[in-house]
Amino acid sequence: MARKEKVRVKTSSTAVRMSLVVFMLVMAFFILGPLIWLGVHAFVTNWTYPNLTPDGWTWHWWTKVFADSALEEAIRNSLIISPIVVLLSMIICLPAAYAAGRMNYPGRKTFLIVMFAANSFPKIGLFASIATLYYALNLMGTVVGVIIIQLLGTIIFMTWIPAAAFASVPRNLEEAARDAGASKFRVFRTITLRMAMPGILVAIVMSFLASFDEAQGTYLVGAPTLFTMPTEMYSLVQNYPIQVAAVFSLLLAFPSVLLIGLARKHIVGGQLAEGFQIK
Amino acid sequence: MSQAPKEDGLTLDGLTKVLGGRVIIDNLNLVVKKGEMVSLLGPSGCGKTTTLRMIAGFLIPDKGDIYLDGKDVTTLGPEKRPSAMVFQNYALWPHMTVFNNVAYPLKVRKLAKPEIERRVHEALSLVNLMHHKDSRPGQISGGEQQRVALARALVQEPDILLLDEPLSNLDAKLRVKVREDIRDLQRRLGITTVIVTHDQDEALSISDRIAVMNSGRIEQFSTPQELYDRPETEYVANFIGSLNHIQGGYSQGQIVPGSEVVGIRPEDVIFSTTQELGSYPTTVELVVPRGHFCEVYLKRADVELRAFISSNVPAAGSIGFARISKALIYKDGKLVRVA
Ligand SMILES: Nc1ncnc2c1ncn2[C@@H]1O[C@H](COP(=O)(O)OP(=O)(O)O)[C@@H](O)[C@H]1O
Ligand SMILES: [Mg+2]
Repeated sequence: MARKEKVRVKTSSTAVRMSLVVFMLVMAFFILGPLIWLGVHAFVTNWTYPNLTPDGWTWHWWTKVFADSALEEAIRNSLIISPIVVLLSMIICLPAAYAAGRMNYPGRKTFLIVMFAANSFPKIGLFASIATLYYALNLMGTVVGVIIIQLLGTIIFMTWIPAAAFASVPRNLEEAARDAGASKFRVFRTITLRMAMPGILVAIVMSFLASFDEAQGTYLVGAPTLFTMPTEMYSLVQNYPIQVAAVFSLLLAFPSVLLIGLARKHIVGGQLAEGFQIK
Repeated sequence: MSQAPKEDGLTLDGLTKVLGGRVIIDNLNLVVKKGEMVSLLGPSGCGKTTTLRMIAGFLIPDKGDIYLDGKDVTTLGPEKRPSAMVFQNYALWPHMTVFNNVAYPLKVRKLAKPEIERRVHEALSLVNLMHHKDSRPGQISGGEQQRVALARALVQEPDILLLDEPLSNLDAKLRVKVREDIRDLQRRLGITTVIVTHDQDEALSISDRIAVMNSGRIEQFSTPQELYDRPETEYVANFIGSLNHIQGGYSQGQIVPGSEVVGIRPEDVIFSTTQELGSYPTTVELVVPRGHFCEVYLKRADVELRAFISSNVPAAGSIGFARISKALIYKDGKLVRVA
């Protein structure tokens, strides 16, 4: 009897497992399919319906991208602007996040809610009104203008995630450090900040990606003088064959993949896993 | 006391603390001698942790002064006090190894590296944890974490060691062992210690003296033996050990009508099958085994009593004689007489 029961449980769990595998495969197809399609197109001479295989393989599109000065400039702009945006975002938001996560003052919750609400407002409308302001301030087409626009998209990440990270550092871990003789600043540096670091790293990655991928506002403010990688895509798709767009997409994805790979080691392997389980 | 006390050790002088609009600590006085181990004992919420946090410097008293070895430390921050605290949940830093947890106080003091290494090893050996020096707090057991916390406090060579319910997160068996270890270490190092607990067994077994607390005040401060033999208030008598609690008066081994409270320890109720001086006929109503002794419910003409009997336990329903060898008589909650 008991044995029979056991067998039945096993078959049902096998069925569940099988359907999970199928589900994963379908998901993988939808998520990875387009990426693989992109990856392949970056290296084919030509591949059109109804051919089952590409006509040939080539590095041609890659040299083309790097030869085009406009594309090169877009890459350079992106790689300069995004780190600046992240850095500014940290300088502006992290103190606010610390205050929101660690101190108790009236309006603390309101502050966080407003941050959230501002982010859920339709961006394009916001950008349009900002654009009029920019014309008045002569910020259209400038790096500063683009940086400010991209900053807006990072604020939500740089406040909410670190605020939660700061809030989850148990107070008596700070007290224990004070008791051990550490000054308030040292406690902040070696305990509070250190323990909030995984959350801050996540916020940095999210902010970088938000900035790096931001296209709407950047196009509105930057074009036609200043292009970043995502906004360059607009003209690319119109002026070049599909393969160049594919190459560019891969380039665009590269920093994201790299960052997530780097952060993963710190986030999954380390402190997030063991650091936050303290009572 | 307007002048700093000359004695070494800890002096709490008229401490008062208001939190959330309530007086939590109410004019509390306590003198702990150097090298002494004192328990703050009381039910949950009576203000033990608050008192300890004022000694450690996490809270500044609204009134009163704190002296450590004759120095006024009332308003010093915790980092400037020669005290070290072991927190109830240990408060180990999860991102540091055991070694680095214990080394932290020394690094803060900017000691030289070899000196730090030597002292950390010494502290870890003291609590038998050298083999775990490279582990993270998350990888070791609760009892081991507790010892790391202790090592982190001891490595500072503090003038006073503060422990907040250090054993409450351990299972019953480990608790007895660890409390003996702590007592042993404390004696060996001769370190002035204040330990907070709500467990009377714990307090009775490891303290030189016990301060029994009741809603922000100290009801009685004496040795475990005194506390047990002569509880100065009804509250203390009830809190320490077990008590038959009888409304009335007491005269010549008998309960008589009266307006006092008679407290009789169950171990002071003597049962025998033969009549002795001061014993009266008794029926055994109920016998409850309690391990190495039995709790026996007795009925006499004047009173019903609980007795703890460990040998020659009578059977329920049998008849004999019971004598009260000692009674504590309270009036308005205060001890008036021991008979
Ligand atoms: N920060 C605070 N604000 C308001 N009330 C507090 C605060 N800290 C402690 N209390 C209250 O003070 C009383 C004593 O607390 P505590 O010292 O922790 O008691 P114990 O350690 O004896 O259990 C409790 O009733 C608690 O609710
Ligand atoms: Mg407490």
